Amino acid sequence: MPGPMGRRMPRGKRIENPGAVFKRLMKYVTKNYGVHLVIVAVLILVSVLANVQGTMFIQRLIDDYIAPMLTSDTPDFRPLAGAIGRVACFYAIGVASAYIYNRMMINVTQGTLRNVRDDLFSHMQTLPIKYFDTHSHGDIMSTYTNDTDTLRQMISQSMPQMFNSAITVVSVFISMLVLSIPLTVVTLVMVAVMLVVTKNVAGLSGRYFLQQQKDLGKVNGFIEEMMDGQKVVKVFCHEEENIRQFRELNDALYHSADKANYLVNIVGPVNAQLGNVSYVICAIVGGVLALSGISGLTLGELASFLTFNKSFNMPINQMSQQFNSIVMAMAGAERIFKMMDEMSETDNGYVTLVHVKEENGRLVENPKRTGRWAWRHEHQADHSVDYVELKGDVVFDGVDFGYNDDKMVLHDVRLYAEPGQKIAFVGSTGAGKTTITNLINRFYDIQDGKIRYDGINVNKIKKADLRRSLGIVLQDTHLFTGTVMDNIRYGKLDATDEEVVAAAKLANADGFIRLLPQGYDTVLTGDGANLSQGQRQLLAIARAAIADPPVLILDEATSSIDTRTERIVQDGMDKLMKGRTTFVIAHRLSTVKNSDCIMVLEQGRIIERGTHEQLLEEKGKYYQLYTGNAIAT
Amino acid sequence: MIKTLAAQIKEFKRESVLTPVFMILEVVFETLIPFLMASIIDDGVEAGNMRHIYIVGGLMIVMALMGLYSGIMGGKYGARASTGFARNLRQAMFEKIQTFSFSNLDKFSTAGLVTRMTTDVTNIQMAYQMLLRMCFRAPISMICAMAMAFFINAQLASVYLIAVLLLAVVLFFLIRRAMKYFQMAFPKYDELNASVQENVSAIRVVKAYVREDYETDKFKKASQGIYDIFLKAEKNVVLNMPVMQLTVYSCILMISWIGAKLIVQDILKTGELMSLLAYCMNILMNLMMISMIFVMMSMSMASARRVGEVLCEESDLTNPEEPVYEVPSGDIEFRDVDFSYYGDRSKAVLHGINLKIKTGETIGIIGGTGSAKTSLVNLISRLYDVTSGAVLVGGRDVREYDMESLRNQVSVVLQKNVLFSGTILENLRWGDGNATEEECRRACRLACADEFIEKLPQGYNTYIEQGGTNVSGGQKQRLCIARALLKKPKILILDDSTSAVDTATDARIRKAFADEIPETTKLIIAQRISSVQHADRIIVMEDGRIDGFGTHEELLENNEIYREVYESQTGGSGDFDEKAGEA
Repeated sequence: MPGPMGRRMPRGKRIENPGAVFKRLMKYVTKNYGVHLVIVAVLILVSVLANVQGTMFIQRLIDDYIAPMLTSDTPDFRPLAGAIGRVACFYAIGVASAYIYNRMMINVTQGTLRNVRDDLFSHMQTLPIKYFDTHSHGDIMSTYTNDTDTLRQMISQSMPQMFNSAITVVSVFISMLVLSIPLTVVTLVMVAVMLVVTKNVAGLSGRYFLQQQKDLGKVNGFIEEMMDGQKVVKVFCHEEENIRQFRELNDALYHSADKANYLVNIVGPVNAQLGNVSYVICAIVGGVLALSGISGLTLGELASFLTFNKSFNMPINQMSQQFNSIVMAMAGAERIFKMMDEMSETDNGYVTLVHVKEENGRLVENPKRTGRWAWRHEHQADHSVDYVELKGDVVFDGVDFGYNDDKMVLHDVRLYAEPGQKIAFVGSTGAGKTTITNLINRFYDIQDGKIRYDGINVNKIKKADLRRSLGIVLQDTHLFTGTVMDNIRYGKLDATDEEVVAAAKLANADGFIRLLPQGYDTVLTGDGANLSQGQRQLLAIARAAIADPPVLILDEATSSIDTRTERIVQDGMDKLMKGRTTFVIAHRLSTVKNSDCIMVLEQGRIIERGTHEQLLEEKGKYYQLYTGNAIAT
Repeated sequence: MIKTLAAQIKEFKRESVLTPVFMILEVVFETLIPFLMASIIDDGVEAGNMRHIYIVGGLMIVMALMGLYSGIMGGKYGARASTGFARNLRQAMFEKIQTFSFSNLDKFSTAGLVTRMTTDVTNIQMAYQMLLRMCFRAPISMICAMAMAFFINAQLASVYLIAVLLLAVVLFFLIRRAMKYFQMAFPKYDELNASVQENVSAIRVVKAYVREDYETDKFKKASQGIYDIFLKAEKNVVLNMPVMQLTVYSCILMISWIGAKLIVQDILKTGELMSLLAYCMNILMNLMMISMIFVMMSMSMASARRVGEVLCEESDLTNPEEPVYEVPSGDIEFRDVDFSYYGDRSKAVLHGINLKIKTGETIGIIGGTGSAKTSLVNLISRLYDVTSGAVLVGGRDVREYDMESLRNQVSVVLQKNVLFSGTILENLRWGDGNATEEECRRACRLACADEFIEKLPQGYNTYIEQGGTNVSGGQKQRLCIARALLKKPKILILDDSTSAVDTATDARIRKAFADEIPETTKLIIAQRISSVQHADRIIVMEDGRIDGFGTHEELLENNEIYREVYESQTGGSGDFDEKAGEA
């Protein structure tokens, strides 16, 4: 649900257009809960009116019911009993509607929060890898937590409160107008004063709140960085320096938080007392008017007016108290919408991956897994359909690529991988090895040149299908919270338990899994924190094995494993690689020696290519890397 | 635990006392002003007495000003006391964590420490402000109103008393039930956060396996779970409202009915009835407020407990009473060392280690994952204490040294190393705050980091992002080595610190070490045989024991593990891998 491009929020700390954000937020809430909100509005109206009935009863209690009884010899309590009964009914209606609308607002609030989270998450899944490279994980996380939470307060409390107050203000205002126009003007002037004061104080506190958020961000950032590097801090005896730096940041936060909270705290008392002043001025002006008889205001009317003055100030006070939570919610909503407006990965591919079987020498689409795949290529011109068998033939033709347009990482890369070959990339760190594999599965798009897969330009292949045809084992293994079984099954969601075990056996992971406390049902948490690096690597390989992809990419899959463990892993990988086109990245040359072709990369260019023996004979960079020790001695 | 936390109020005691005082004053004025309002109507307006309106109006404005003053002061001190308290808590925790040893740190997760210092402290700050501003104000306001009501007419006021008690009981049960659900909700909330984090960090795996929809479904289930449980909790909270309104309204109607009868019997005056009705709202609103304070307090108790845990944690490594500040040489000796991480002897990771290393030697350490190589070297700079036996540096037990002096002389490049946000120079100067740029360059030359640094547009002033994300793994490792070299240590320990550096550069670093810092004892943990084979001697670790200790040639001769590793990596012709490939 990416928003229209024209509405993208500008970057920056301040909310550029709070009105637009508010409108969009309202639209978002009403999209799913429009009917709810209409009912809530009606119920609020009912409960306000019921309350007004109650207030009016109290005002008339003495004049209309008690006073007549005082003068009569045989007091008749029946009118009073009737009135109490009527008011009780009004109250009951008021209570019932207040309960129902509050109860409904829970659904609206929690439902909206859930929808915001769900929409954020499903949109996030469509974002390109680049987004995750350029945004800190902490910031992404806080969109789900802090920013979403600011909406809770606003939807559940501020919105009904504002509506409630607005209705009260309007009804009281009309009553005031009826009673006395001059006094209404006086009251309005005082309300204007209150609003100006609130606006200034709130504006000032808003500034400090933004400052506080900024300082809080700095403190949090520092804490995160230092807690993460605490062991390094210890090793370098950097504790005191750290405490000094932290004190500075912490003090800055204290000062802005102090001011922001102080200003918020005084809005209430200031308005309450201004309300009292308004009351006194009305009493004096009204008294003068009534006694001089200029405006035809009676003393009884003045008394009623003063009561209204009080009930006019209260909702205005309540509204101003909601101001801060609305400002915070707007800031949160802005960040939420910004993430929702991020551009999804573009995918104009139309070539899909299908299971096929061969009938009479022709490839025929098959709904079930057959072990053979083909690219279903529907030509755009005449809608004729071709099937090209998936073989794993990958060609790079003059590929240029940079993560940013101004800095190229790869230059004119050409490579040919025949089906079933093992292609290795070697070179020093930063030479662009990983980048090449990231281009095959289109994690990033190339600036120039062409990548062909079985003769088809990869841009024409649907991304999901392209990636499904490639198995990847990454340098950093990532496991998910869940059982070992679930983690391996991640490669093929409908795999049976037997298939999982078979894949684990293929990857040589079965042995250690059986030794785990609950075997395949052992629950892994925190990215498999309770497993060793080697074991995690084996699970990642098993995960790739069960997916059974025609092409494999192994990116430094064994770099952090000791050599003895590596041999076991290697064994599993070799079994997996058999008969598949495989791209291997490694800096440990022993792992790539048996490749069909080794590419040596330096600064984004392929500088040498050939088999191990050929490259050794060339006595170039590869020779140097391989016989590195020779230089030292 | 409350005591530990309260001790951090420190210089904000005055504010913490003044806040409730001013809040109570505000309540006093708040209770008096309605009297004056009634007086303006009854004796001024209705009697047409302008003089009375002027006098009482003036009095009311004075009171309003005083109320304003109290309100502002209460707000000011409340803000200061709570934000100051939060600042002290953060500072105290941060300082405490700086004293933590490695084993203390192992106990808390990084994420755990971060939440304690951020979210938990914010929760406590809010609760503390609420406590100061409302906890006295609400009950006192309620008691005042109640007292006034009893003063007017005890019989009618007892209606309130019954209502308050009834309401208190009902609210108590409702809140207790809601709390139960809220407490169930928090772990779910953590789970949701964890799942987002997991997804974000594993996004490449998700995309590579085309599992976007699967992940979204998983997430939706978690977020639906939160929706359900919050709905249950809030359903209870929202019941408070009608219960409270029902009570208020019943009170009003009852008072009206009984009050009317009393007036007719001439026991009660009409004005008094009006006042009683006004207090009704006041009493019950305050009761509501008290119940809210109760909810907030109990919710912040969890945060208080977590903060308290950090503040109460004592470092298990302490400096000796009369520490030695000089480390005479780079000799290292292990005497019958056993070591286990939690002091639990049955799970020892190192068994009976005996070692003697002389100043200036280069020692390679090799062994499989989990063979306790890292544990072994961590004992040298006293990052952990031995469980039994002793580790000696320069002929003295490491426990006799001042910890800072020892760690300055024993420089460790950790396996999981971290660069900090700041320029390259700033990062290097962690090793030596006073190092000149020339010294930094030299250290980088030794670590072979100069070549890439000089190619960067800003050279040594290049800004390193948090976590060192803008340099590659190999570059990061070389910077970390340079940083450790700047300490000019007597002992240098590299814990698998060149794993991402290519073989040729690795060799150049080792050669530079041999040529330029011959006096320094060097311990090199590595996976690659080529990284250690030229060392003076090599330790082969296996399951927490020393399996072999000698030169490359000796070990090739008589250590099976070493020979196996050597062959698998070099294998003479390299056909081992090919055989494995066909197996």
